[in-house]
Amino acid sequence: MARIIVVTSGKGGVGKTTTSAAIAMGLAKKGHKTAVIDFDVGLRNLDLILGCERRVVYDFVNVINGEASLNQALIKDKRCNQLYILPASQTRDKDALTVEGVGRVLEELSKDFKYIVCDSPAGIEKGAHLAMYFADDAFVVTNPEVSSVRDSDRMLGIMASKSKRAENNEEPIKEYLLLTRYSPERVKLGEMLSVEDVQEILSLHLLGVIPESKSVLNASNSGIPVILDDKSDAGQAYEDIVARYLGEDRPHRFIDEEKKGIFGKLFRSK
Amino acid sequence: MSKESQIHPYHRPDLEFKSSSLSVPVLVLGTNDLSVIEQQLLLKIKQAPDFFRYSPLIIDLQELNKLDLNLDLTDVIAQLRKQDLLPIGIRGGTQEQNQAALKLGIPKMSAQSATASPQAKPVQKLPLEPEPEPEPVKNEAEATVTRVITQPVRSGQRIYSHGDLIVLAQVSAGAEIMAEGNIHVYNTLRGRALAGVQGDTEARIFCSDLQAELISIAGNYKISEDLDSSVRNKPVQIYLNELALIIKAL
Ligand SMILES: Nc1ncnc2c1ncn2[C@@H]1O[C@H](COP(=O)(O)OP(=O)(O)OP(=O)(O)O)[C@@H](O)[C@H]1O
Ligand SMILES: [Mg+2]
Repeated sequence: MARIIVVTSGKGGVGKTTTSAAIAMGLAKKGHKTAVIDFDVGLRNLDLILGCERRVVYDFVNVINGEASLNQALIKDKRCNQLYILPASQTRDKDALTVEGVGRVLEELSKDFKYIVCDSPAGIEKGAHLAMYFADDAFVVTNPEVSSVRDSDRMLGIMASKSKRAENNEEPIKEYLLLTRYSPERVKLGEMLSVEDVQEILSLHLLGVIPESKSVLNASNSGIPVILDDKSDAGQAYEDIVARYLGEDRPHRFIDEEKKGIFGKLFRSK
Repeated sequence: MSKESQIHPYHRPDLEFKSSSLSVPVLVLGTNDLSVIEQQLLLKIKQAPDFFRYSPLIIDLQELNKLDLNLDLTDVIAQLRKQDLLPIGIRGGTQEQNQAALKLGIPKMSAQSATASPQAKPVQKLPLEPEPEPEPVKNEAEATVTRVITQPVRSGQRIYSHGDLIVLAQVSAGAEIMAEGNIHVYNTLRGRALAGVQGDTEARIFCSDLQAELISIAGNYKISEDLDSSVRNKPVQIYLNELALIIKAL
């Protein structure tokens, strides 16, 4: 049986797709057969970030409608043979997704995948609802600003009451906080909420902090999930997150400002 | 690989607090005469032995105290237990009675006011004595349900209690909690809290960290902007005094 992970946020543009691509690749690189599904029907871009946009033949909606088999639609990653991508349709509208259809696809995938990562669209409408409905675990992607935190809180409430687990009175979805686009400098200037602020408002287990990093843009422009860039801070942060999720105990990084070399050390205040 | 695939991040927790709302019968005492209590209990139980056997029970002393009748709680509780009834709380007691009960491991539930509420569920209760001044309608409508919430109340969620509401987790900004009776939040209150929503002016709000967007008792409200810095971020109780909302640090 696969474990289904939803990457969700409520608010748009906070880094869900970046995160989905990174952790799916991370899990696959650890040897777990992983599928990552783009639920953002009409706005597909997971395939771009994973660099397989030119190999898309069939998509998620085709599979749901029985126009293609899963095997036909799944794209095998060229860098890691444990990773498969199920792209979203760019031409359909959101109504193409149904609870029954999504349930059937997830059930079939569950048979031979270890992890299924669901990249949720923004908002709290149908697409976001379906992406989280069958989840076992939720990665709640949040930026350190008030509106993003509020939307995450909202999403957490919806997951606690409207997921399949909630409806069937089963153990609730396991929720993890991923704080992304974090900039210690801006926190210090009071322009952003700190890790502690966000954790206090959401009271959620922190899986990791991903720093604001140029490497993310570079990676997505070249279709390489940032986790494969092991020199980059963001790549390392995602690596940590995957390891922690798999049960490893790793200290948190990227929360405090970088030491600024000898000059910075000499003049550091206190 | 095989070793890795065994590592699983999800463990069933050893302990878990889940939210629930219970419906517990309330025993309203109208006499302090132990032998009368015993007799009446036996009679009642005979009518529905399966219902009463090992039933949890809340003891209501409000009527008794209105009549200024004294009562030895220890004896009453012993009597109830002898009849296989399991008292789990008292309400409407004096401070002394509350303390006596606590010594016996029985906590205080906050007293319901007798305000009639049309939406209240029918009550299960055992009037032992005819009411001093019979007001059957009032008592039929008395709410007996306390809701206990142990999970965070998130933005966009609404919780309603026909009786008191106890929240053990935080209440987020954008969340709304409402009760016909009192509200207790043993955590940070950031959302909206409305007590006495059916008009009970005796209802109160208690919370351990006041950061609310709005607080209201029986329709008398204050918004965040009106909260004085002397009570913000503090444990407080909120009540009505002659239709003025009073916020007092605890
Ligand atoms: N850690 C980061 N540092 C810098 N830029 C980032 C970081 N994470 C994400 N971004 C940038 O933010 C933008 C949005 O990211 P992404 O598409 O992953 O968000 P999303 O939540 O999936 O958006 P949508 O809600 O539209 O689906 C992209 O331009 C991405 O490059
Ligand atoms: Mg996206």
